[in-house]
Amino acid sequence: MPGQEVSLRETYGKTLVELGRENPDIVVLDADLSRSTMTCFFAKEFPNRFFDCGIAEQNMAGIAAGLAASGKIPFASTFAVFAPGRCFDQIRMSIAQPGRNVKLVTTHGGISVGEDGTSHQSIEDLSLIGSLPGFTVVVPADAIETAQAVRAAAASYGPFYIRLCRPKLPLVNNQDYRFNPGKAVTMKSGKRATIIAIGIMVVAAVEAADNLKREGIDCRVLNMSTLKPVDEAAIIKAATETGAIVTAEEHLEHGGLGSIVAGVVVKHHPVPMEIVAVKDTYAKSGKPGELLQRYGLTAKDIEQAVRGVIKRKGG
Amino acid sequence: MSLSEMEDSLSKASADNVSAEAFSSSVAEAGQLSVTEMEAVAKRLRRHIISMIGRAGSGHPGGSLSSVEIVTALYFRALKHKPQEPSWSDRDRFILSKGHAAPMLYSVLAECGYLPLDELTTLRQLDTRLQGHTDCTVTPGVEMSAGALGQGLSFAIGVALAGRLNSQKYRVYVLLGDGECNEGQVWEAAMAAAHFKLDNLVAIVDNNGQQIDGWNREVMNLDPFNKKWQAFGWRVIEVDGHDLTRLIDAYEQAKLVKGQPVVIIAHTIKGKGVSFMENNPDFHGKAPNAEQVKIALKELE
Repeated sequence: MPGQEVSLRETYGKTLVELGRENPDIVVLDADLSRSTMTCFFAKEFPNRFFDCGIAEQNMAGIAAGLAASGKIPFASTFAVFAPGRCFDQIRMSIAQPGRNVKLVTTHGGISVGEDGTSHQSIEDLSLIGSLPGFTVVVPADAIETAQAVRAAAASYGPFYIRLCRPKLPLVNNQDYRFNPGKAVTMKSGKRATIIAIGIMVVAAVEAADNLKREGIDCRVLNMSTLKPVDEAAIIKAATETGAIVTAEEHLEHGGLGSIVAGVVVKHHPVPMEIVAVKDTYAKSGKPGELLQRYGLTAKDIEQAVRGVIKRKGG
Repeated sequence: MSLSEMEDSLSKASADNVSAEAFSSSVAEAGQLSVTEMEAVAKRLRRHIISMIGRAGSGHPGGSLSSVEIVTALYFRALKHKPQEPSWSDRDRFILSKGHAAPMLYSVLAECGYLPLDELTTLRQLDTRLQGHTDCTVTPGVEMSAGALGQGLSFAIGVALAGRLNSQKYRVYVLLGDGECNEGQVWEAAMAAAHFKLDNLVAIVDNNGQQIDGWNREVMNLDPFNKKWQAFGWRVIEVDGHDLTRLIDAYEQAKLVKGQPVVIIAHTIKGKGVSFMENNPDFHGKAPNAEQVKIALKELE
């Protein structure tokens, strides 16, 4: 039911097992984090189709490419900070350039990793992976969308990146939700401004829209779960119809959702925009909630940004 | 004359002097050749390499020339392959990890019939299928896009694992440079191949002793090289990498090894076959000029 907190990682692990039963060509790789990424469920049921590569992400990326080149559908998992971070060139040349059918599903994205601190907080991954031609990039907003995005990855041919977060997230979609790659989902309709969010920030965006509504400001909320190829039509429509846009992501300001949306807006229909994201800095240790607050990634931050863009567009 | 004008005129001169005739004559079809026939093929490969790099005006002759016998013995003896059907699913795979030796690979693919011989003249030109470093999206017979060193062995492991999962009998050969073994990824992969007990995988190291900045032992010492591979769980075979008979034997021996991967350390000479290129690091990544092409082709008659 909506609001119930469910783990995206666990959903990923369980979906992999289902896919494994349906298709013998599904294979899974991990880099010694299978009990955190939850690929351990697949490892248990299909030990022959699971390859633990040890703490060697570059090698894992290459092995996945070789398996894909030989007709397998490899899902390779580690923390988002290590892929693409630790193996960018391997992803570039062994996976992206030849268009290999590799599915990178990373967990522990963003700063909501929490106490592990800077080294484990991936705030650059979307920029890195989004820069690679041919990659589909998806950041699901809840467990329901996660299961469907993982299935969509398996069903489509080509390089696919899915970024999941560590904490459980409240469900924002209903059970009958259908993920459609490349299509934004309208979570709330509204006219004064549009909030475009991904991942963990979708919940905050919905909360912000509810709070703003009480002030008499009605906002459209879009879940832009497919970051690439981005739903340009939905962005242009939002710019045209609401005249102001706020983006929200658990990522650096540069190269993520905000940059991508700004690129579309500038090209087609320039309107005032604010980007709610981690500013040009690294985060530190702390509880997920504390960090989201410290680095400006809460519903309150979104609300403030919305008031700002509405003021800039002239009310 | 400015430097760029000089380069232009040099490359034009070499283009004029190296005609398509230099690329003529090929074996009728890929198959089992005698050692004498293979020696003739090896010489033709060297002529192709010199001609095509000379014509292109850039490229990597040194490491292409050093690996000529390694691939000749493979393509004309050890490999099960069908040049007319490059994606035959049961083919033995040859993966070139040292992607800068692309002219060597293109030459052997052309000699086998994967490519027309006269296409070799297009190396590095706009819209060519023969990219500066190998690109598997455009060239038939090229298994992987390489050039960023250190990635081939990992890719080969994936291909070997898939073969085992599918109960396919194909074997996977991957050619590494010795300098390339500076890359940490090579050793991640070395560890993994032994861990997965991949006896359908053979790594060959073109051990020519040199890399861009000079001799390996001065730039980044690899010794004791064979002991490193042994310690990582590999069966090591060392051969003279210019001796076709020994190479053929090594490939046969490797087939008998069970439960572990094999590395063939092929001792070679960088720039082999061209006097002024042999052991000369200047020719790692530099094209011969028109005059040098002429001298080299004369030496390779």
